[in-house]
Amino acid sequence: MTKADIVERIYEKARASKKDASEVVDAVFEMIKVRLERGEKVKLSGFGNFVVHEKRPRKGRNPQTGEEIVISGRRVLSFKASQVLKGTINSGRPISSGNELDGSGR
Amino acid sequence: MTKRELIEEVVHARTDLPRREVEALVNGVFDTLSDALARGERIEIRGFGSFIVKRRNAREGLNPKTGQVVAVHAKRVAFFKAGKELKQRVDSRPVDGVAVDGVAVEATRKAEPARTRTPSRKPASATPEVARASYGMAAAGGEE
Repeated sequence: MTKADIVERIYEKARASKKDASEVVDAVFEMIKVRLERGEKVKLSGFGNFVVHEKRPRKGRNPQTGEEIVISGRRVLSFKASQVLKGTINSGRPISSGNELDGSGR
Repeated sequence: MTKRELIEEVVHARTDLPRREVEALVNGVFDTLSDALARGERIEIRGFGSFIVKRRNAREGLNPKTGQVVAVHAKRVAFFKAGKELKQRVDSRPVDGVAVDGVAVEATRKAEPARTRTPSRKPASATPEVARASYGMAAAGGEE
C-alpha cells in the first residue's frame, strides 16, 4: 500500500476531492516528520506512537578488522503499535503455521 | 503531538476545507493503514517509512512474578522502519551528551532551528575518532 492507495480509499467517504485528499495525506506525513525532526513524540490514538530515542555514544568494534571505534551518539525513531492496532492485526485471519504474509517484506 | 493536534494543524493549513472533511481524511489515513496491516499488507510511504507485519510463533513464556510457565499464542506484530529521509531528518541535529571518553559534548540542541542540517555532528576536538557505524564499508581489506 502506498500514499496513492490511501487517497483512493479515503476521499469518497470524506466527501473530498481526490486532489484535496492527496494534499491532506501529504501534509499529514510531512507534519509528522517535522515534529519527529524536532525530537517530539507523535501519539496517534488508536494507531500507535512514534518516539525519538537518543542514543549515547558507545564503543564498538569493526567485526571485520577488530578495530575499536566510537559509535557516535544519534537519534533513532521507533514506533510502538497501540493496543487497538495490536488487536486489529490479530483479529480476523487465523495465523497459519507455515510461511504466511506475502507482504511481510521478507 | 497527538492526532487531535495534527488535525488542528491541517485545519489551519487548509482553511479552504471544512473541518469535518479534514477530520474524516486524517482519521481515514490511519484507519486505512490499520486495515492494511490487519490484512498483512506491507505499507510504504515514500520519504517516511514502511510498515510490515511479522509473525511470532507460539512459545512458552514465564510469568515473571510467579515463575509459572504459560503458553504464549502465535501472533502478528507490526513493525515500522523509518525511511532514509526521515531517518536523516530525525538525526540531523547534533546530539548532546557525554562522549565515551568522558569529554562533555556541548549541548546545542535547542539552540538551532529545527530544520537546519548539521553535516558535522560534533566539535571534532571532543571526539576525534568518532565514526558512524559504517561497518563493511570501512573494512579496508585489500586496499594496501
